[in-house]
Amino acid sequence: MRFDSPAEQNVSDRMKVLGQPLRRIDGPLKTTGMAPYAYERHGVAKDQLVGYPVGSAIAKGRIVSMDIDEAQASPGVVGIVTTLEMERLPKVDWNVAYLFGGREIQHYHQAIAVVVANSFEEARAAAALIRVEYEEDQDATYDLAAVRQERLSDDVEPIDNIGDFESAYASAEVTLDATYTTPGQCHAQMEPHATIAQWDGDHLTLWTSNQMIEWSRQALATTFDLPAENFRLDSPYIGGGFGVKLFLRADAVMAALAARKVGRAVKLALPRPMSANNTTHRGLTIQRIRIGASQEGKITAIGHDNATNTLPGGDGENGARATRRFYAGENRLLINRALEIHLPESNAMRAPGETAGLMALEIAMDEMAEKLGMDPVEFRIINDTQVDPSHPERQFSERHFIECLQRGAEVFNWASRNKAPGSRREGAWLIGHGVAGAYRDAPAETSGARVSVRPDGSIRVETDMTDIGTGSYTIIAQTAAEMMGVSLEVVNVDLGDSRHPVSAGSGGQWGAASSTAGVYAACLALRKKIAERLAVDPEALEFSEGYVRYNDQQTALSELASAGSITAEDSIEFGDFRSEEYQLATFGAHFVEVAVHATTGEIRVRRMLAVCDAGRILNPMTARSQVIGAMTMGVGAALMESLAVDTRHGFFVNHDLAGYEVPVHADIPEQQVIFLEGEDPYSTPLKAKGVGELGICGVSAAVANAVYNATGARVRDYPITLDKFLDRLPEIA
Amino acid sequence: MRAFSYERAGSPQEAAAAAAAQEGAQFIAGGTNLLDLMKLEIETPSHLIDVNGLGLDTIEATAEGGLRIGALVRNTDLAADQRVRRDYGVLSRALVAGASGQLRNKATTGGNLLQRTRCPYFYDTNMACNKRAPGTGCAAQGGYSRQLAIIGGSEVCIATHPSDMAIAMRVLDAVVETVNAEGDTRAIPLADFHLLPGNTPHIETVLAPDEFITAVVLPRPLGGQHFYHKVRDRASYAFALVSVAAVIQPDGSGRIALGGVAPKPWRNEAAEAAMPNGARAVISRLLEGATPTEDNKFKVTLAERTLTAVLAEARG
Repeated sequence: MRFDSPAEQNVSDRMKVLGQPLRRIDGPLKTTGMAPYAYERHGVAKDQLVGYPVGSAIAKGRIVSMDIDEAQASPGVVGIVTTLEMERLPKVDWNVAYLFGGREIQHYHQAIAVVVANSFEEARAAAALIRVEYEEDQDATYDLAAVRQERLSDDVEPIDNIGDFESAYASAEVTLDATYTTPGQCHAQMEPHATIAQWDGDHLTLWTSNQMIEWSRQALATTFDLPAENFRLDSPYIGGGFGVKLFLRADAVMAALAARKVGRAVKLALPRPMSANNTTHRGLTIQRIRIGASQEGKITAIGHDNATNTLPGGDGENGARATRRFYAGENRLLINRALEIHLPESNAMRAPGETAGLMALEIAMDEMAEKLGMDPVEFRIINDTQVDPSHPERQFSERHFIECLQRGAEVFNWASRNKAPGSRREGAWLIGHGVAGAYRDAPAETSGARVSVRPDGSIRVETDMTDIGTGSYTIIAQTAAEMMGVSLEVVNVDLGDSRHPVSAGSGGQWGAASSTAGVYAACLALRKKIAERLAVDPEALEFSEGYVRYNDQQTALSELASAGSITAEDSIEFGDFRSEEYQLATFGAHFVEVAVHATTGEIRVRRMLAVCDAGRILNPMTARSQVIGAMTMGVGAALMESLAVDTRHGFFVNHDLAGYEVPVHADIPEQQVIFLEGEDPYSTPLKAKGVGELGICGVSAAVANAVYNATGARVRDYPITLDKFLDRLPEIA
Repeated sequence: MRAFSYERAGSPQEAAAAAAAQEGAQFIAGGTNLLDLMKLEIETPSHLIDVNGLGLDTIEATAEGGLRIGALVRNTDLAADQRVRRDYGVLSRALVAGASGQLRNKATTGGNLLQRTRCPYFYDTNMACNKRAPGTGCAAQGGYSRQLAIIGGSEVCIATHPSDMAIAMRVLDAVVETVNAEGDTRAIPLADFHLLPGNTPHIETVLAPDEFITAVVLPRPLGGQHFYHKVRDRASYAFALVSVAAVIQPDGSGRIALGGVAPKPWRNEAAEAAMPNGARAVISRLLEGATPTEDNKFKVTLAERTLTAVLAEARG
């Protein structure tokens, strides 16, 4: 079905199952270790061998020679595939760096060989015996700040150049011109990239861990030059993704190559120390922000000049993205400089663009509010916009940013905040409060599903949609239960298999809204089919408690399907009105209280509150989990997460979880999440939007602003570690 | 990980003899550090001598009024011991500030002293590292050195010792007891146990290859107030940027050792004479001659400030 106009009243509005805070239906499987993740699927293919990858020891150059004799002779080794055996394998545009093949090295830890052995230990031991001679390029560059400096005068096509920014800025009554930096960030998902591959002739099955099944199927077709139909992917459980599993990656390619070479199933996982440099990261940014405003606090000019690293062909982390549509202001100049740096591939990580952009913009807003002598909540309210500032004829479908701020201020007791930076003390600790706004677009993508009523009266849903820990299983089951009038317990959901209808997949915060709309469409098709069987107008049917009721009659679903399952399939496609006539987005406000040790600078987050405006919430429990997870990730980005660049060797040095620190339980206090009541009929038939990325947007700046408020020391370079403000803390005796 | 042979030792002396008998042999106790390093091929022992069955897992009072801690006493048990908590609070606090509950359940007293550095270049076998591969150079010099040593290092190595326990042991003047293949024993003050890198950063202690740690002895309790203030980038489960182990007496005198700043627990008894003059005076003596990098020069200030916080807490 096509979604060509705003949703009206429909079956999903019953909200008997949808909208309820239900526990994950896959929860028991996960908490008891019964949900099989890719590397643990021992039963899916017989006689699995184990592959172990080798990564490049240089960042840019080429391989001169590779000696595999010793590895080949190592105990248990069945075969070795090296990158020198083949030309560089073709890739699709989603991937920026090439994944395998050829001599050329584009980045550190690029996959260059895979050793296949009878056991993991044998494969790993043999992999260490491969000797590689490299020729390093001398012209490689790894220093974003240096390249940006050299290329600041480049003529870059702005993203937005509206009005006359320079004049408006120059004549503004109050101005801010500040530069912020965000480091490279690692997805650090719990489950590493892992794949089991098995060929049957020229047909390949991959049991893998991937957010976007169809994208990867298409990428495999390109890479192996075979029809897409020859590939099957199965990815029912995914231990975190955050964007690092959006695309086909080297684990799948190496497993496939190795399986082809040895003629048996091969499983392979990327070792943790290889993940950071072999896969992708959130690009580094250097962001200059200029804001001009009137004395009354109206923004008249806003400029955001973002520089970020990318390998050739990528966009990096476009920090100027959110600034396009977040705040009003007639004169706007937004620029993204995607600079070619030979670090590993920068690519999507949770709320790409908005995350790093709002880390900067929302400090800038705090700084402006201070210059204006205004409450930062009030300053944001004054500059709210109900239309897309770059195309004022486009309205936001629903935008309740002001309510987020006001509700948050009330619940957080913002009025009693510390108002003068560095002035509130509790014992050894300085106490501070910070606020920041959150913005993230609410896209939707075509999404299909197949739904059946089975002879036992149960409902089965099949779609290649993925659940990356987000709760897809549960909200899809809720949707089907609602639509078919059954209880959640009799809905069986099967995800992540490329044999199922193509879904939107998990990415860009579109998964929940799109995939449930696809299930809605398939359920409508099924209801229609049932109506046809009963020779009744579908509108006259009522589905409830496992029965179809019509004209004073009722039939159990099990009876209807007694002769065999009744199945229907459909897909939802979103009309242009959704993206062209209206701007759909989600909004939020974050409030944070921190304590900073006045002597040592240690930072402890004490309270966090997020108020979210994201349309109808399909399941408040899974949605809350998404938001608190994102808030936690935002604390990491604010206070500790940073891929350390070695600008001599061109790699991320702290490439394991001992060196790349993410928040632990002791870092995270009570987190409160409030969802504004509401629905967005412009979004989907279910009137829902995503929240998984909204939660990380802006939260780091709220922490940063709270640290400033506590100490009076403004830090514009993330993460805010104590070394950056130690010398600005109160003098010691 | 390379293939290795394995045996269980029957006694401390047998363990030492086994180490003497085979080149490339190493002892394994908790394995919390060694196994990781073997997986990464940073350590490549050809033979492992499992010492877990040797007993050595009790804490006993000494005739001198101190405690003899068996080398195989687990960190969790040591931290929880009533006598340690009562009389050696600095040690208990240092232990629970390190690693995670799971690791502390496995990690042993002897092994903790012998853990290797967490320098990221030591961990990446593509990088030059004189500690891992003598003579290859030091990629950390001029590289990412935020966590690394500000004092006690050399041109060829600026790694730090990662232990928290050892910092507290140093403040307590602990003594390491060993036995060798011949059955000879010796007692090594912790102050002399770890070596500075000089030109041989791969040699980290004074232990002979066939020498096995049997116990760590704590002298009589010092009294006073005990502190272990560990500053790190997150609240838990991270290595110290700087840590301060301190025992402060009511008259303001006391002992101080620093972690996170040097290749060994960093203490200088002469600096402690400056205690009455405050933290800045102590640290300027203790870190005299420090040669921090641009990345880690903040550690000098941080040490001063952390000691200030400890002294303030001591004053109450």
